[in-house]
Amino acid sequence: MYVAVKGGERAIENAHALLAEDRRGDTGVPELSVVQIREQLRLAVNRVMAEGSLFDPDLAALAIKQARGDLIEAVFLIRAYRTTLPRFGSSRPVDTGAMACSRRISATFKDAPGGQVLGPTFDYTHRLLDFRLAAEGQGLPKPATADPVAGPVPHITSFLNREGLIETDRPGDDLPPDLTREPMELPAARALRLQAITRGDEGFILSLAYSTQRGYGRTHAFVGELRIGTVAVEMDIPELGFAVEIGEVELTECETVNQFTGSKTEPPQFTRGYGLVFGQTERKAIAMSLVDRALRWKELGEDDTGAPAQDEEFVLMHADNVQATGFLEHIKLPHYVDFQAETELVRKLRAEGAARRQEAAE
Amino acid sequence: MTVSVPPPDLQDRRTWMGLLARARPERLAELVPDEPDPGPVILRQPEIGTVMVQGRIGAAGSPFNLGEMTVTRCSLRLESGAVGHAHVQGRSKDHARRAALVDALMQTGRAAQLRRDVLEPLLRDEAGRRLARAGKAAATKVEFFTLVRGEDR
Amino acid sequence: MANPLTAETLGGGFDDAPIQSARAFRAALDAMARPGRIHVIAGARPPAPLSAAAGTLLLTLADGTTPVHLAGDIDCDALRGWITFHTGAPLVPAEAAVFAVGRWTDLAPAHRFAIGTPEYPDRAATLIVEMPVLEAEGPVLAGPGIRDRARLTLPDPEAFRANHALFPLGFDTFLTCGNRVAGLPRSTRVEDF
Repeated sequence: MYVAVKGGERAIENAHALLAEDRRGDTGVPELSVVQIREQLRLAVNRVMAEGSLFDPDLAALAIKQARGDLIEAVFLIRAYRTTLPRFGSSRPVDTGAMACSRRISATFKDAPGGQVLGPTFDYTHRLLDFRLAAEGQGLPKPATADPVAGPVPHITSFLNREGLIETDRPGDDLPPDLTREPMELPAARALRLQAITRGDEGFILSLAYSTQRGYGRTHAFVGELRIGTVAVEMDIPELGFAVEIGEVELTECETVNQFTGSKTEPPQFTRGYGLVFGQTERKAIAMSLVDRALRWKELGEDDTGAPAQDEEFVLMHADNVQATGFLEHIKLPHYVDFQAETELVRKLRAEGAARRQEAAE
Repeated sequence: MTVSVPPPDLQDRRTWMGLLARARPERLAELVPDEPDPGPVILRQPEIGTVMVQGRIGAAGSPFNLGEMTVTRCSLRLESGAVGHAHVQGRSKDHARRAALVDALMQTGRAAQLRRDVLEPLLRDEAGRRLARAGKAAATKVEFFTLVRGEDR
Repeated sequence: MANPLTAETLGGGFDDAPIQSARAFRAALDAMARPGRIHVIAGARPPAPLSAAAGTLLLTLADGTTPVHLAGDIDCDALRGWITFHTGAPLVPAEAAVFAVGRWTDLAPAHRFAIGTPEYPDRAATLIVEMPVLEAEGPVLAGPGIRDRARLTLPDPEAFRANHALFPLGFDTFLTCGNRVAGLPRSTRVEDF
């Protein structure tokens, strides 16, 4: 029996007021500004931009403030806001070879032209809590400066390319599929997979990538190159008839070099995995490139070992944290009628069982 | 979509439109003069939207959709008939309007003055920002020195 | 590429896009929900010969992801430029169109337009037919959204009957005249007199 009920309006209003008060916390402590979040919690901002799939640091910072630091809630807010905006078009593909790099390292070539540039990294820190940060107003160390390398820094995998030791990506200009406009259809083209992974949940992509390293769909990855920096975004403007730069975005790019012993169709050579993510998001970009490579087993004629990271449907349909949390959290909302039906069913089954036992006993 | 490379006279316009788009909105506000009188006719009101940013698979392969960025656009026409367009990153309507205004004025007799008073300061700011960032990154470049070579043993 | 940056091409858009496009969208929605009922729709001032109603529909519904086909004398430089500037929609042949605009005689034969697929019936074209007159008289319409009977000026009742026979596939139609619009979705039956 379906019973429609109303109510809870006042409870909801009061709950939202309480939420707002808790968000603010102790009013004796100065309020956090959106600009402070943007500048000082920048990696959280980057994660929200990457998974929200919208590059706008101020909006991401606002979402983090509103979500009380719950980053998945902040991603949800960004995705919801994005749907209210008209889309003016698509950019030309960004040229990461022309990136103004603030970090660029290779685990495969020590003496890569352009050098190993560490940039603002947590690597080589001792992971000891720094209590000086708890005392505000401490002086800052002044970063040193040196003469920058002139001109763009070449991609490291291009050196392997010259020897034919690594597969080459065939350039193309096909219109890529867009999962924000068309429902995802499987099997998915690599372009669609990359779009799903770059906006996927960092924790999920990280765990999948880790599973490939532990042997579930192993691909023997080295980080051929990791670079972080800004690239120009250029768009064709129809009314002008030519392309102009409309801004620049910070990106993290990871190219892995993977051992490949060859298959029926391909000679032994190195293969590649690719990660490209908004912001300084290096864990995500590395994980993305490992998962990308694992998903390429069919195209490269490798065996399906049944590993989760090789299962396109498993990876792509579970990577989105807004979808996941939406479905997960909906089960806490009223299901009174469903549950009532189940209760009736259990009672009925118990009664039937009891009757059968009684019959048997007689 | 393919669009031909602009003829040389458009290259100049491409350059200033990019510079205006990348400018910090507050800096542009300091530099750009008040709107001429009579004011421009707005052809397309400043409007906030998004542009889908594309990357390339493996940096050089086929395009894929990376995610969107916020963009504000505006088009206007001066009394003289010059039409200015702007597509600028972010959500500042004033930024888009000023960028469109400068784009239009750069097609008039005031071009030299605007180049001196607006574009050149913006270019200097940007070059300074980029150099400072690149210089700090360069200081984190690793200088390897060899301790022992395997073949020395 | 033709690039007529004329005042005619660049003007005539919405002055207040969020409000005007929301109102126009509502009118378009009502027109499709109540086939045969005539609504007033305004906001756009497109170059001749496009009507204000058809121009407003295009500004409201078309964007860079919805290819538009222009038929007959609608397919002129001024309108090409206007649609490109204000909507960003690519201009395409009839077969690839999501929206097609023109007089009925220029749009015919209608079987050129997409009618959707059994999996995705929504992947069908929407025709915007410019009418010399648009009144609540003429062939009788019945079906979803029509209480008893409605009447509407139609250019070619037989073509719409054939289109309805394809249901759930088929194209949908807006009929426009000046600042007036009426909807004729594929679900509407065109009855015999």
